[in-house]
Amino acid sequence: MTVMLSQRYRRGELHEFEAAENGFIYLVSAGAIFALDEVTKSVLDLLEHGEMDHADLVGALVAAGNEREDAEGLVRELRLVGVIHSKEITPARAPAGPPMDYPLQALVLNVTNQCNLACTYCYEFGSDKIATPQGKPKYMTLETAKASIDFLLESSGNREAVHVTFFGGETLMNFKLLREVVDYANLQASGQGRKITFSLTTNGTLLTDEIIDFLSDNAIGVTVSMDGPAELQDKRRVYKNGKGSYAVIEPRLRALIARHKTRAITARVTLTDGVTDVIRIYRHLKDDIGFHEVGFAPVTASDNQDYSLGDTGMETVLDGFHALSEEWLEYALRGQMHGFTNVSETIGELISGTNKSHPCGAGLGLLGVSPSGDLSPCHRFTDADTHTLGNLETGLDQGKREDFLSRGHVGAKYECQTCWARPLCAGGCHHEAFVRYGDTGHANLHYCDWIRTWTDTCLKIYGTIAARNPGFLEHFAKRKGLS
Amino acid sequence: MKHLKPINIKAQKIEQSVDAVDDEDVVALQQQPAGPRPHVPMGCTLSFSPGWEVDAGGGTAGLCQPVERDIYDCYVTCFWPVQVPDHVNYSPDWASNCAAATKDWRNLDLVFP
Repeated sequence: MTVMLSQRYRRGELHEFEAAENGFIYLVSAGAIFALDEVTKSVLDLLEHGEMDHADLVGALVAAGNEREDAEGLVRELRLVGVIHSKEITPARAPAGPPMDYPLQALVLNVTNQCNLACTYCYEFGSDKIATPQGKPKYMTLETAKASIDFLLESSGNREAVHVTFFGGETLMNFKLLREVVDYANLQASGQGRKITFSLTTNGTLLTDEIIDFLSDNAIGVTVSMDGPAELQDKRRVYKNGKGSYAVIEPRLRALIARHKTRAITARVTLTDGVTDVIRIYRHLKDDIGFHEVGFAPVTASDNQDYSLGDTGMETVLDGFHALSEEWLEYALRGQMHGFTNVSETIGELISGTNKSHPCGAGLGLLGVSPSGDLSPCHRFTDADTHTLGNLETGLDQGKREDFLSRGHVGAKYECQTCWARPLCAGGCHHEAFVRYGDTGHANLHYCDWIRTWTDTCLKIYGTIAARNPGFLEHFAKRKGLS
Repeated sequence: MKHLKPINIKAQKIEQSVDAVDDEDVVALQQQPAGPRPHVPMGCTLSFSPGWEVDAGGGTAGLCQPVERDIYDCYVTCFWPVQVPDHVNYSPDWASNCAAATKDWRNLDLVFP
């Protein structure tokens, strides 16, 4: 007894795009990218407005001049990859979250919560702050820092290399600690036959030649928070008396870039109202000051902050982003690296085919440590009592961590379920979501359109390179340690 | 794969998994048909004696015989090597203390061949 079963096909969850006159698909359930041939495109066109029977689909392909065997083979191929689905099969679910004993990879040590600047938009001190540092230590002690290193090495399973980021406040206000803890960490790690790498974020005001040499000697990566040329930098990156910081940091940055030979030096720009001229900022930081890479992010702000980017501000920013991304592509086609970090990072994720369960590693492979030894999902939650995930002395609070991670899982974000950009976005920054919506697990709906436009732009760049200079992607993957 | 060209690492992994698919593989009863050909699940379904699987809806309520019958279908009537002792050759007495599987299943013991 046999029963002939009729298959009805529909399109899987795809984002189609064109680049260099070729058709591509981004397969949303996996984060995979495929180049299409003409006949595959015709299948997608046939299924554009609905479902089709197996026999009808194959029939249409045969009528269009394909051999029946080839048509059957094509349908099988598309079905196995998930480009088309038969009706009965339920779509892939969100990627499973990592196991709860997921080994740590990085710690962010808030070596101090004090800062010598008073940037008006600061998430740690500004009006949207969630930190409650009152009555807590202002500077991390060496004991706490050492305990953090021990905790990292113990909690990182059998990873060969772990990473420590020094953060603040202004990190260099506790340089003395930094110097000692780097020595301690190197000793502990090498004693276990493992590697530990370092980076720090600074506002640049306290850099000296001695500090720079230390950073270079220890291969400590440096990210400088700064907003561009003098008039843009001095708008909001100011001392407590309102004086701008550009004149102070400029000579120090030039010294940093000249003397620090071991790691790339990155600028990280916060875009705010009136600070939206991305191209001018990029040119200044990359070409004039000499940063190796420059990354941009719109400020995190609740509604109605005077520094928020309005819709027009955001449009200006996006125009600048697109101009720079075209430049990035031109460089790539010539086989050169471009310093616009926002594209580089997305391209890196597209090479791997990242499909995120969570927007970032916060609470997973990464934790923040406050000066008091409290653990938090990341540096942005440092000293925020409501987000504490334990303490170095008592250990990681698995219950709280699980709560944080289950809220932040992309599968828990309703609006993300129909968005094709979710493999890379996964709902966006937990901290931004909390500031905006009061819940770390809320999707960051205020930038969905922006993320989709941006992801599409990066996919087109990716497709163009794949078509015209595929060797660059291999080179890029090697350089970034992706393959 | 002939028509889709993988251009990132994830796509290459999918290609490898697709190339490894054997169309002749066993399809479980509760899986939906995977191809254009007739869906002939392995097991005893075609003789209306569902085997060790569940029914097409994923449950056990709609089987033609109670699931407890599986043990005898495997032990006595099935020619296919399964995870119960072999009635024909080595363990003819295995179920002799088990007149009604639903009540007496505790009497069934392990067999060490």
